[in-house]
Amino acid sequence: MKLTGAEEHWLAGDDGRAQQLAMQLIVAAAEASGATALVPIEFAHINSCHYSGKLSLDFAEFLLAEGAQLSVPTHTNASLIARSSPALRPAASFPEEVSGAERLMEIYRQLGCTPMWSCAPYQQAEGRPGLGQQIVGSESNAVGFFNSVLGARTNKYGDLLDISAAIVGRVPLVGLHTDEGRLATHLLELRLSDEELKDPRLPHVLGLILGRQAGAAVPAIVGLREAGEDDLKAIAAAAATAGAVEMFHVVGVTPEAPTLSDATGGRAPRRTTVVDAALVRSTLGGLSTVTTGPVNAVCLGTPHFSVAEFGEVIAVLGEATVHPSVTAIVTTSRSVWAEVQLRGWDSTLEAAGFAVVLDTCTYYLPRATGVTGTVMTNSAKWAYYAPGILEVDVVFSSLTDCVASAIAGEVRLGRRAGA
Amino acid sequence: MKIDGRTLHAGQATGRLLVLSEPLSFWGGLDPKTGLIIDRSHPEVGQTMTGRIVAMPGSRGSSGTPGVLGEALRLGVGPAALVVTKADVNLIAGVIVAEALYGVTCPIVQVGADEMPSPGTTDLCEVDAAHDDGPTADD
Repeated sequence: MKLTGAEEHWLAGDDGRAQQLAMQLIVAAAEASGATALVPIEFAHINSCHYSGKLSLDFAEFLLAEGAQLSVPTHTNASLIARSSPALRPAASFPEEVSGAERLMEIYRQLGCTPMWSCAPYQQAEGRPGLGQQIVGSESNAVGFFNSVLGARTNKYGDLLDISAAIVGRVPLVGLHTDEGRLATHLLELRLSDEELKDPRLPHVLGLILGRQAGAAVPAIVGLREAGEDDLKAIAAAAATAGAVEMFHVVGVTPEAPTLSDATGGRAPRRTTVVDAALVRSTLGGLSTVTTGPVNAVCLGTPHFSVAEFGEVIAVLGEATVHPSVTAIVTTSRSVWAEVQLRGWDSTLEAAGFAVVLDTCTYYLPRATGVTGTVMTNSAKWAYYAPGILEVDVVFSSLTDCVASAIAGEVRLGRRAGA
Repeated sequence: MKIDGRTLHAGQATGRLLVLSEPLSFWGGLDPKTGLIIDRSHPEVGQTMTGRIVAMPGSRGSSGTPGVLGEALRLGVGPAALVVTKADVNLIAGVIVAEALYGVTCPIVQVGADEMPSPGTTDLCEVDAAHDDGPTADD
């Protein structure tokens, strides 16, 4: 392990105990992963601010008490709690979690983090990392998005390590931080009609197939000619859900893959999977536990909703309102919500009966609000996890179908946007 | 029997072996308040890690791992040592921070997959994981 003079001093404790402990964690991570050097970073998005028990809080208290300083701009991931909607997780029912999460959010603010409380911080233009920048990511969809869509370079860092890296401003030079580690070894070849390619559910399905096929490898998709940021967000989230994909290329779309040869470094893929209509259909089928009947809740915004997605909800809603028996929830970040408010959409959504929740994720909400029965979502990630975590039935479909079903109070499938 | 390995976190420990037949995600798989394995799909569900030298194949690390392992160590119901086949940075981060904050040591040693003791072995075992020279796991 090659350390610079400054890094040696930090490890020896010359710059305080917080810097020393953070450096110990980074060096241990480097040794475990076989890295022989560290590389400076320019940005971090951390999950350590998400309350996960006493250790997460004690560690943060230690950093604060020992005067830890951040080396780089650091954005916070979503929290366990929604400060703007305390009723969703009442302190009386969850005393340890709520007080712990509140204190943790306060500590990370005091340490100097930018309080984003979002799993999709890249939806804010300000501070968004760029092509070739070395950074730290933690939340799995954001790691995929930073690497694949923005061309910034990060491995997935767990709790404790992410904030340690932000403090010392270094990470082990290994994996996706290197040119070699970013080359695709797996290939997904699409053989779909133009109409099938336009299906808004397709990116979610492709993400699941990527995750299953590639595991933790880097895959490339060939044949997806257009993909917007919300589509790429859906691929990143689903690929990290069904597998452990931290980076993918979409040939002709993402910045490091103008051609297939750029994505693979000219090497033959180790594994190729053909995606045809039958595979899409069977993957879609596995995401819903029911496909008809009453809908008790509609959960949108996993990962956090974008301004464009809010625009689509507004367009589908028109003058309609959410059926009285349906709980409709959208989660998003404060920065996206501020833009929605500027457009005047907030009053439309509230009048229609949508509850907008900031800072947290909708996984946690149906249990906290007591929703049972059938929940509809446009997120493959949500559909994949929720039946296990929440013990509800799930219907996965497009955003348009979700809004149409929220209005009808029962499952409506096959609506086309604008139809 | 004596197994040589690589130190991932230094320390000494003695305890009975608990050999897991499959990788375990500590997050959702270990109850940090009791030290019991609670993943219902895991072959060793219901067994306790408390005071044991826990040997496990592979790794199913998640970002929640350090919090769960560290909490079990803080409450005194964690493993005495870990013997792993893959270097999982989240396990290492958990024991480093638990040691710094609570003074509880849980050495971690990496061994070859073919050197893992077989599941069901509960021999008394000694882990001596030094910083520089070759660490060993004895049983």
